[in-house]
Amino acid sequence: MNARTLHPFHGGVHPEEHKTESNGRPIATMPLLPCYVVPLRQHIGTPAAPMVKAGDRVLKGQMIGQAEGYVSTAVHAPTSGRILAVEPRPVPHPSGLPDLCIVIESDGEDRAVEFQPLDWRSLDPSALRNRIRDLGLAGLGGAVFPSYIKLNPGATRKVPTLILNGAECEPWITCDDRLMRERADGILRGAAAMQTMLHADEIIVGIEDNKPEAVAALQAAAKHLGLPVEVAIVPTLYPSGGGKQLAYLLTGKEMPAGGRSTDAGVQVFNVATAYSLHRAIDLGEPMLARVVTVTGHVAEPQNFEVRIGTPIGDLIRQAGGELAGATGKLIGGPMMGFELRDDAAPLTKAVNCVIVKNRKLFPAAPPAMPCIRCGECARACPALLQPFEMYWYAKAKDFGKAQSYRLFDCIECGCCSYVCPSHIPLVDFFRFAKGEIWAREREKEASEQARQRHEFHQFRLEREKQEKADKLAAKAVDRLKTVETSSSDPEAERKKAILQAAIERAQKAKEGITPKNVDGLTPQIQQEIADIEARRAQLREAAHAKDEDNA
Amino acid sequence: MSQLAHSPHAHAPVSVGKVMATVMLALVPATVFGFWLYGWPAIFLWTVCVAAALLGEAATMQLQGRPARPALLDGSALLTAWLLALSLPPWAPWWIGAIGSLFAVVVTKQVFGGLGQNVFNPAMAARVMLLISFPVEMTLWTAPAPITGLHAPGFAEAWRITFGGGAWDAMTSASLLGHVKTEFTRGVDLLSSLPGYYVPHDSVWGQRAGSLGETSALLLLFGGLYLIARRIVTWHAPVAMLLGVAVPALIANTLAPAHYLGPLPHLLSGGIVLGAFFIATDPVTSPNTATGQFIFGLGCGLLTWIIRTWGGYPEGVAFAVMLMNATTPMIDLYVKPRIYGRNRKGQSLPAAPSKKEA
Repeated sequence: MNARTLHPFHGGVHPEEHKTESNGRPIATMPLLPCYVVPLRQHIGTPAAPMVKAGDRVLKGQMIGQAEGYVSTAVHAPTSGRILAVEPRPVPHPSGLPDLCIVIESDGEDRAVEFQPLDWRSLDPSALRNRIRDLGLAGLGGAVFPSYIKLNPGATRKVPTLILNGAECEPWITCDDRLMRERADGILRGAAAMQTMLHADEIIVGIEDNKPEAVAALQAAAKHLGLPVEVAIVPTLYPSGGGKQLAYLLTGKEMPAGGRSTDAGVQVFNVATAYSLHRAIDLGEPMLARVVTVTGHVAEPQNFEVRIGTPIGDLIRQAGGELAGATGKLIGGPMMGFELRDDAAPLTKAVNCVIVKNRKLFPAAPPAMPCIRCGECARACPALLQPFEMYWYAKAKDFGKAQSYRLFDCIECGCCSYVCPSHIPLVDFFRFAKGEIWAREREKEASEQARQRHEFHQFRLEREKQEKADKLAAKAVDRLKTVETSSSDPEAERKKAILQAAIERAQKAKEGITPKNVDGLTPQIQQEIADIEARRAQLREAAHAKDEDNA
Repeated sequence: MSQLAHSPHAHAPVSVGKVMATVMLALVPATVFGFWLYGWPAIFLWTVCVAAALLGEAATMQLQGRPARPALLDGSALLTAWLLALSLPPWAPWWIGAIGSLFAVVVTKQVFGGLGQNVFNPAMAARVMLLISFPVEMTLWTAPAPITGLHAPGFAEAWRITFGGGAWDAMTSASLLGHVKTEFTRGVDLLSSLPGYYVPHDSVWGQRAGSLGETSALLLLFGGLYLIARRIVTWHAPVAMLLGVAVPALIANTLAPAHYLGPLPHLLSGGIVLGAFFIATDPVTSPNTATGQFIFGLGCGLLTWIIRTWGGYPEGVAFAVMLMNATTPMIDLYVKPRIYGRNRKGQSLPAAPSKKEA
């Protein structure tokens, strides 16, 4: 069934799947809402720059925020209507801080701009990528990295292996499952465009073995589209859907630490991203909507295709609303998701799942016990780190040591915290340590800049002083010349003496500025200095040789 | 919303208490067998050990101004006392157990910072302390007197043995390792001292003189395999420790059978099986990588064999484990896993050679 030899990654965990709650119903849609809130920061990188102001009328699909800088992408109006405000609003972010959003009042007509399919086979690659950027494509797996950057194979390079990530390893989430079952054709059309853009030799779709319907749908689609796509079934083991883990699982290639996946000749896209690329190039449609799972303690857990900007509270109501005894909401899955603080926050490109919690499904974490060094965390870590060591050092605020255990290689997948018998919130410690280290680096950078500014200031003062002295000296010399040539009366002699003194003063001032204690030394002293230097050099060499012996 | 939880929001159904309980479950067969074999005094001694450990734990937590309940419920003090009791002569007086348990819990564990912070295995440190301080009481072995048999002391007599300093000289016996060592000092070599004394069959089942819970190699092995099956411990340290004893014993015994015990009597005597599966696998005091654990186990085994063969004491497991405990931080420093995307030195892997377009 599976022709490919898999390369199991280290560690991983298998939490309760909870997929069946929501994967039984087809993807539903939502009626038009009176109001949408579109955040300008929906992707990794620089937020989009607003192109509209309050009072403007917009059409569905109109770009309302443009990409700003390289790592950025555009945002679009989800429906036609009037801009109510461009202001900070609650957004789905772990910090709970409001962020700049464009608020659109729907006019109920849902009139769209004319979508132009992209002639992607003949367009210049760079122009094509810029169009994709302006259509607002970002990775829908959760990291929301601007897609147009990942579709760039580099100047003279190709990316041999294109991987579509349909693993969906987080418990509860089924949006990719449903999308693969229902829209396999679109996914593969998008993948074909990706293959062309990356000059990839092969397309592999990785799907966990708990989604047989999705596997069958993609295999059937590949067959009737005549695309050489390999559908690889991988074991259900979190985090097989992590980019690095899936790439290793399918190809055995490791991405270098701190490098990019293309360094290993692999590029990984979520299946939903491929689907939105299909919509972008074949229909010319910007990223206006995404599929999202609403599950947990709600009346009718299911998947919806929802416009970006839909308030999450409305979305939950569409799923029958939360049931009595709900204890909060999670955005994303239970392993890497975060708590939603405000129901008014809108759906963004990053939100793949909303889980309503209750006390039974998500009991409060028991109090943390001391670490007993059992090593379960290290056995579960897909990055092969030793979380307990990093924990000791993070807790002791010995961040240098924590970094020496490769803190920054941690992908925060949560496996270590999941298996910890002492219930230590290990990932929290790593986030804390990373934050502290970043803060310190910024501080260090700031003080380094201040030091450089100060040094330049000093240098400038010195230079100005010197220039002034030089000028004065030159002036005095000129004057002296004129006095000398004019006459030889006592008055002139007196002036000459004054000027001579001025020249000397200027000279002295100059010397005072830059102490030149090695200028004008007697040969004897110079010889002495040379001898001292020679002795020093000898000592240095001897010390060096000794070090090498010891090493 | 008063308190925000951070990811992950799911948790495996595991806890320190459950881990400890599983280990204790694995000890039950060998312990019950020890109770049966050595009668009421063994039961009293085990009870004293456990009571003293829990009291000591509660008192130290109280002194530190920390809640005692979670510490008592995590089961670590109970397990420490249990392991210590199994390594004591079964008819030892109550104060041996009490002092040992208090030393293990208070000095070896709490003084070093409590659960997870101790450098040495508490049970083994306590055993070493007792052996050095009370050599007579710690080497007085009793011949098996099954609780159901005729020779077993009754409840009252057992009470006197444990709590009253009763006389029970008639029952003393020597452990195999002790016997061999004594005979050696008298100039009797193994070829003459061993026959009639060493019966492999008895050692496997445990029908011999020895510590409370160390005599039945088979039941301890069952317990150890259960722990491996339950993924509480890995095979590395136990297998390495058994190899560390067996391999040098085999070599030496082949070269000079009159002077060196063979691998089988070594493996079936003293605390080697208990040590391999229940002591060398203590996560707190042993290395954390599989390779590190193998090195650790090998060291424990080898040192045990060296101490048994040339040392002043007939048994060496506790000393060997403590010596290797001391090397654990160093092993952990040098034996580290290769991190994903990096080579063994921690440098980033080189990028794949970029392919030019054809």
